[in-house]
Amino acid sequence: MAKAKKPADGQADAEVGDGQVGPGREGLVDLYRQMLLVRMFEESCQRSFRKGVIGGYLHLYTGQEAVAAGFLAHVREGDKVITGYRDHAHALLLRCDPREVMAELYGRRDGLSKGKGGSMHLFAIDRGLWGGYGIVGGHIPLGVGFAYALRYQGTDHICQLYLGDGALQTGAFHEAANLAGLWGRDGNCPVVFVVENNQYAMGTSVERSTAMTDLAAKFDAYGIEREKVDGMDLEAVLECAARVTQQVRESGKPCAVEAVTYRLASHGAADFVERYRTKKEVAQWRERDPIDRLERRLLEAEALEADMIDEIKSGVRDEVGKAIEFAAGSEQPSEEELYSDVLAGGDEYMGHQ
Amino acid sequence: MPEIKTYREALREAIVHELDRDESVVLIGEDIGVYGGTQLITVDLLEQYGAKRVIDTPICEGGFTGAAIGMAMMGLRPIVEMMTMNFSFLAVDQIIQNAAKVRYFSGGQVKVPLVIRGPNGGGVQLSAQHTHSLESFYGHFPGLKVVAPASPNDAKGMMLTAVRDDNCVIFLESGALYGTKGEVDEDNPIPFGKARIAREGGDVTLISYGRQVALCLRAADTLAADGINAEVIDLRSLRPMDEDALVKSVEKTHRAVAVQEQWRWFGVASEVAAIIQDRAFDYLDAPVERVSGAEVPAPFARNLELAAFPNEQQVVEAARRVLYREEK
Repeated sequence: MAKAKKPADGQADAEVGDGQVGPGREGLVDLYRQMLLVRMFEESCQRSFRKGVIGGYLHLYTGQEAVAAGFLAHVREGDKVITGYRDHAHALLLRCDPREVMAELYGRRDGLSKGKGGSMHLFAIDRGLWGGYGIVGGHIPLGVGFAYALRYQGTDHICQLYLGDGALQTGAFHEAANLAGLWGRDGNCPVVFVVENNQYAMGTSVERSTAMTDLAAKFDAYGIEREKVDGMDLEAVLECAARVTQQVRESGKPCAVEAVTYRLASHGAADFVERYRTKKEVAQWRERDPIDRLERRLLEAEALEADMIDEIKSGVRDEVGKAIEFAAGSEQPSEEELYSDVLAGGDEYMGHQ
Repeated sequence: MPEIKTYREALREAIVHELDRDESVVLIGEDIGVYGGTQLITVDLLEQYGAKRVIDTPICEGGFTGAAIGMAMMGLRPIVEMMTMNFSFLAVDQIIQNAAKVRYFSGGQVKVPLVIRGPNGGGVQLSAQHTHSLESFYGHFPGLKVVAPASPNDAKGMMLTAVRDDNCVIFLESGALYGTKGEVDEDNPIPFGKARIAREGGDVTLISYGRQVALCLRAADTLAADGINAEVIDLRSLRPMDEDALVKSVEKTHRAVAVQEQWRWFGVASEVAAIIQDRAFDYLDAPVERVSGAEVPAPFARNLELAAFPNEQQVVEAARRVLYREEK
C-alpha cells in the first residue's frame, strides 16, 4: 500500500489552483482534461487491441495519470523526456497529436515513429519525447547520458527519466544511478528520476521483488536526494514536480521522486487473468482514482460544474474517436520503409543487395 | 610526409586529432584518465582535455556505455573504451537493444554517433574469459558497423572515419598489434567497406583482417618459395564488407582461403565463403577453405594457446589444398 508522505497540514486544505505551487485553476482544468484524454485513449486502444486491430504488446497507463501529468506540466522547451514501454501517456501529455499516437499503435505511416516502433517506441523529439523503450531498465543509462550532455552543451535543460518499480531491481538502474550521483556531485547530471511505483513489475509485487521495499531510499546508496509523493493526487505531484525540477535545473544534481501509484489496468492488454492481485485490492485503489479525485476537488472549489464535466468528457471522447478514425484510415508504411532508418547517412542498409 | 609509428601511437594520434577538431568528442571508460589507460592509448589526455571530456568511470560497462549512447543521441560523439572487448558482453543490451536500433524504431528521428573501441582477440595468454573475437557477434546486427584495422595507418585512418561516422562503430583493435610499427599518414580518413590488397598475387586469394593479416603475409612468403603467388586481402571492415574486392580477386585467382582467429562456426570466414559462392561460383576451381581457431575456450598454457589459434602452416596447407597440391 501507499507509503506516500501525507501532505503537510494546511496544504491539503489549500485552495484549489491557488497558483502558488500549481498551474492555477484554468491549468488544473486543462490537466483534468489531459488526464481524461489519457484515460479514454487507453480504453479505446485497448478495445482496438482486443479486436485484433492493434498487434504486438500494449501497456496501459490507466490509474497512473496524475504522475506523468504532474511532472510533464513542468517540462520546459529543450528538456528531454525518456521512459519505458508504458509510454502513451507521456506522448499525449507532451501534446503530441493523439491521432499520430494512435496511428503508431496501429502501425501506420502517419504514426509518431512512422509505424516502425509501435506502442513501446513512441518518439517525438521536437516535443521532448526521446522514447519509449521496451527492455525494463535499459533506458535508464540513456537518460543519465542525456543529462550529462545537456550540461556539457552549456544548457539549463534537464532530463525527466521515468522508470517503474520493476526497473529499480535491474543492474542497469543501479549502474546508471551510481553514475548520476557521481556526475551530479559536480553539477553535471540534471536528471529527475520519476519512479512510477505502480506496485507491480508485471505480476510481481514490490514485496516479492525486494526485501527493502522503500524504493525512494534505494537512491541513498548513490548520494541522490529523494522523496515520495502521493501519485494519485495531481496537486501533490504538481507541487513536488515544480520544486524538484527547479532544484535539478539550478543545481545540475539528480533528484529522485517515488510517486506511489497504482496500475488499475492489467499489465498488458492481453493480461486478463490477473492471478497476482485480488479484485478487492484493485477496488480499494479504484476509490483513489486520480481523475475522480481531481474532479471532486475541482467541483468542490467550483472550478468546474457538472455540465462542464459532461462537455469536457464529450469533447475528449470525440477527440479519441477521431484518433481511431485517423489511425484506421492511415496507410501502412511504404515497402521502402523496411530498409530506411537502419543507419544514418547515405548508404542506409549495407546488407541489402 | 608519412612517419613510422606504432599502432598504439597511431590510434592515440587519431583520437587527439578528433578531440582537437570537434568539441563534441568525449572519451569515456574505465581507468582512461588518471591511470592513463590500460593500453596507454589515452595516456596524458585527462591532463590535456580535462575531466569533462576524459571521463573516468566506475566498473559498469552497461552503465557507461548506455550513458554514452544517450550522450551520442544528444549530439556528442563519445569514444567508449572497453578495457578489453570481452567486457563489452556486459554492455551488450545497451549496444544491441539501444545503439543499433534506436534510429530504426524511432522512425529515423535520432542517430547515435558513437565509437566503441578496445582490444579484441587473443594471443597474449589471457585465457578463457579474456579472449574472444567478437566480429561475427557484432557483425550480425543491422545498425552497427564493425571494423578491425590491421596496420598503424589503418588504425589511425579508420579511427578518424569512425569518430566522424553518424552511427555506432564497433572498433576492434588487436592487443597483439599495439606495438607493431608502420608508416602513418597525417590526416587521411580511410573509408569503411573498402578492403586493402596487402599483397598482390594471381594463384590463390588469402582473405583475412586484424592480426591474421600478418599471418597470411608470412604464409604468402612461404608459398612464394614454392612458386605459388598468393594475393592477400585485408578486409579492414567487416560490416560493411567489401564484397566486390573478394569477387574481383577470386575472378583472377579462382581459389580462396579465409582466415580468422575466431571459432569456425558462424564466423566471418563462413560469410566470406558464402559471398564468394554467391557471386563468383563460376570462377571457383576449388571449394573455399576456412582456417579458424580451435573449437575450445581459449586455454592459458602457451603451447595450448598457440595450438588454439590459426598458424602459418595451416594457412599454407589450406592454400595448397585449394591448389590441389596436397591431398585433402
